[in-house]
Amino acid sequence: MLLINCPFCGEREETEFTYGGQAHVPYPQDPAKLTDREWAEYVFYRENTRGIYAERWHHALGCRQWFNALRDTTTYEFSATYRAGEARPDLPVTNAVEPLNPEVTQ
Amino acid sequence: MAEPLPQHPDFLWRNPDPKPSYDVVIVGGGGHGLATAYYLAKNHGITNVAVLEKGWLAGGNMARNTTIIRSNYLWDESAAIYEHSLKLWEGWPEELEYDFLFSQRGVMNLAHTLQDVRESKRRVNANVLNGVDAEWLDPQQVKEVCPIVNIGDDIRYPVMGATFQPRGGIAKHDHVAWALARKADEMGVDLIQNCEVTGIDVVDGRVAGVRTNRGPIRAGKVALAGAGASSQLADMAGVRLPIQSHPLQALVSELFEPVHPTVVMSNHVHVYVSQAHKGELVMGAGVDPYVGYGQRGGFHVIEEQMSAAVELFPIFARAHLLRTWGGIVDVTPDASPIVSKTEVSNLYVNCGWGTGGFKGTPGAGFTYAHTIANDAPHRLNEPFALERFETGHLIDEHGAAAVAH
Repeated sequence: MLLINCPFCGEREETEFTYGGQAHVPYPQDPAKLTDREWAEYVFYRENTRGIYAERWHHALGCRQWFNALRDTTTYEFSATYRAGEARPDLPVTNAVEPLNPEVTQ
Repeated sequence: MAEPLPQHPDFLWRNPDPKPSYDVVIVGGGGHGLATAYYLAKNHGITNVAVLEKGWLAGGNMARNTTIIRSNYLWDESAAIYEHSLKLWEGWPEELEYDFLFSQRGVMNLAHTLQDVRESKRRVNANVLNGVDAEWLDPQQVKEVCPIVNIGDDIRYPVMGATFQPRGGIAKHDHVAWALARKADEMGVDLIQNCEVTGIDVVDGRVAGVRTNRGPIRAGKVALAGAGASSQLADMAGVRLPIQSHPLQALVSELFEPVHPTVVMSNHVHVYVSQAHKGELVMGAGVDPYVGYGQRGGFHVIEEQMSAAVELFPIFARAHLLRTWGGIVDVTPDASPIVSKTEVSNLYVNCGWGTGGFKGTPGAGFTYAHTIANDAPHRLNEPFALERFETGHLIDEHGAAAVAH
């Protein structure tokens, strides 16, 4: 169970929240001009980061606000949560690159 | 005088050092990588092949799934590849000369709402039209096939019927991997463990080899079969994949006398249960919702599936949880796999099997080997190309495939 620090309500249990995937995906400036590939990128392609990931959460059983978070996808540890519309906090972007099974890797 | 006992039973495969160069390098030594190597050698005569595995063979999702095998998918493209896969399963114990306890005890998908009933009957009809064995069971028939299911109407989501695929079942997953590894090794494939790929060399839009923690390896073709790690692997060659990696948990109880004769899945209250040959109840449910590479998830997800299991199977109430674990499943936007060429010449990708990878092992290996050998897809995996996310020809198995992803 993750403990998630809602920027409006404070720390609450994960079961109060729903997940919204990658944060900061802008709607295309000029949708009519997009190629099929660019549409596919916008609709279907999301970062699948191993390391610090900016993502959206919804406090569905609380204040019902959407907000953003920075979370490490290998340790699941949150390093920041912030309100939608605010800029991504300027934390070091260290993508974890350690192997999955360090004990067996030479 | 009696023969002395051997010091150690024979090993099933060699553990060679990597050669400087191979015709085909497969990245990922799980079920799909091994099956691909097996079919490259067997069907296409390509044996100068290495399977590179960063840990030990079949230590990822191949050792972490709940071993359910079925082919009762809704859409034509899915039914075709999974049914082909099931037919290969039926031949594998003999073909691989290895009894890996493939047991066609049937797979039942319960319906708990009117909408479930409608969708289930539709899926049964679609399956029958596609040559997949499927039938609709009313609650009494559910009870006859699986006497321990509670079909009473005094529970939150009563059982209103089920689809049943008699040819579905389970197999012992680690033995499947070892059977494939032995055969591939016999045909000359090098299975290289503790060999992590750290880079993919691309020269003029064409793959040239891989870099590993055991040195560089040149390759005519590189085939990715990295499941949850596919995004990181493809990224090494500058290829983006439309997948998200999620934790998926499973668990077993302690050992019991045989009580559960089939496989029962419920999408609505969300749990799936079978009983392994050894006697453990094997259960799983849905993915944890967030992107995660930790091979673990939240305990509340397990708690939810346990409450579903106890409601459906009251006799499980006194069972104890023995072990829980997690794998990393790579999920596509349409919950269908990607078995495809890429924009880099001679680089191929097999990923996105999400929660369906184990049952798809033979079909994935068969079609992926064909794609690699001919640099063109087999008709079964042609619809599962990366291009479908641009053309819009999605194979939308989200919610259609009898279980949520």
